[in-house]
Amino acid sequence: MALLELNGVSRHFGGVRAVDSLDLSVQQGQIFGLIGPNGSGKSTTVNVITGLFPPTSGSIVFDGRDFGTLPTHLRLGRGVARTFQNIRLFGQLTVWQNLWVAQNSPADRARRGFLSRWLGGQGGVRDEIVQLLEFSGLARKADELAANLAFGEQRRLELARALATRPKLVLLDEPAAGMNSEEIGLLRDRILKIREQGVTVLLVEHVMELVMGVTDRIAVLNFGQKIAEGTPAEIQADAAVRKAYLGGEAA
Amino acid sequence: MDFYFGLAQIIGVHTLLGLSAYIVLLTGQVSLAQAGFFAVGAYVAGMLTVIAGWAILPALAVSSLFGAVVACAVGFPALRVKGLMLVIATLAFGEAVRLFFFNFDYQVAKGGVKLGPLGGEGFRQIRYFPEHGWTTMDVMLFIWTLVALAMGLLWWFDRSRYGAVLRAVGEDELAAQSVGINLTAVKVSAMTIGGAIAGLGGGIYAHYTTHIEHASFGILLATFALAYPILGGLGSVFGTVVAAIFVQGFLVEGLRFLGDWRNLLFGALIVLAMNVRPKGFLDAPTLLWIRRLFGGRRGAA
Repeated sequence: MALLELNGVSRHFGGVRAVDSLDLSVQQGQIFGLIGPNGSGKSTTVNVITGLFPPTSGSIVFDGRDFGTLPTHLRLGRGVARTFQNIRLFGQLTVWQNLWVAQNSPADRARRGFLSRWLGGQGGVRDEIVQLLEFSGLARKADELAANLAFGEQRRLELARALATRPKLVLLDEPAAGMNSEEIGLLRDRILKIREQGVTVLLVEHVMELVMGVTDRIAVLNFGQKIAEGTPAEIQADAAVRKAYLGGEAA
Repeated sequence: MDFYFGLAQIIGVHTLLGLSAYIVLLTGQVSLAQAGFFAVGAYVAGMLTVIAGWAILPALAVSSLFGAVVACAVGFPALRVKGLMLVIATLAFGEAVRLFFFNFDYQVAKGGVKLGPLGGEGFRQIRYFPEHGWTTMDVMLFIWTLVALAMGLLWWFDRSRYGAVLRAVGEDELAAQSVGINLTAVKVSAMTIGGAIAGLGGGIYAHYTTHIEHASFGILLATFALAYPILGGLGSVFGTVVAAIFVQGFLVEGLRFLGDWRNLLFGALIVLAMNVRPKGFLDAPTLLWIRRLFGGRRGAA
């Protein structure tokens, strides 16, 4: 079953076609890779899916319902969470608070009353946050300000914050940028664990080591258009992809 | 002694004014409308005790409610704009309120005297406290009880998820939206709570000065409202109190002996204070230090 479907989605900025009639279909439970050279429209695609800007044309269907012009925070309510290419944490909040403010899912809303959710204590939510902190290896940093974390920790916290919203689909925008090989391995394990918990993953990434090792299916963008789609093996063998991106001119 | 009680009254009311701007500032919005809400509260409470003959507490409750309603109504359109545009929009609102009261006549004859707002002449004889035999100390204690209540409420908000969400919106609206926070709802709610506190402060102000006029509620008061939380630091509600004491107690009253030189020094000292303590008197490290001093620990881990 397709969890996310993009049907002919375009996003133009003036004359620039950042995304051009893009069709994508991400199946429930998949880890779907979206790759392409710089400026090929990957981040724009993520921003259009999360509603930061409306598509110029085309439609986005999530979980069987059209997103239409739904604002960002309500798309999250339907189950779409994300991380950012340039980390955007709440730096002056503690690690704990960063996860706490993200608990806005319909499930969280159903579980606690309005006043208790906004003005009540942390009692009812503590276990989940502790679990997320442990999952992210941040259990000992709960009281640190997010701004004081090391780079890798910030990336992990941002992922944990996305998960705190109980998403059905999480969009990871270049989560491995700036990471070393060991950290990428840990990230890979973490992405696989997220999928085990039933969360679908759309992974936008440059680091082939990660993309090829973890995804079930990959779409390749170039100049806003999809030039190829297939399994990692198919993509690696695709001549057009090699020319546009993977091997560069040397191929 | 009455001089100090009177000073404490002023500081109390200005603390409320500062707190009303504090909660709005947490969401990253700079609002010059707080003096407008304060003015609405002052006129409403004054008219209720003087013309309608209400007791002080219900009058203050209604003035607070008026402040909240007006702030909520202003909040929806105004908070769609950001940064400097919001400053200009709220400034315009504040001036509109002031000019409204400049032209607002509503006088009723009571016991041979005409009472009520009279446009540019202002609203005189708001004499609830003297008529009911309250001493300066009574009024001072009354004011600080309400200040303590408002502070307690805000302090509680600050420690709750709501407070963390306000700060999250203040830091990064894009990220806040992306974790499911409804920006409009959060900003308007902060504006509404700020309006309620400003309305309360205005209501009290009308009664301790006994005479209000449009000129008191201008841009200067709006600037003061912003200055307290910024000078005091946005880390805690207590910063706003410290700043109100510093400005009203030290800069305005304490330096009175300097005569005309005071105003010059006033500005210089605020600049100096902001240079020495760029994040306010009670910034995050200071708050952490105080918390450790009292052996307190955050309940997280």
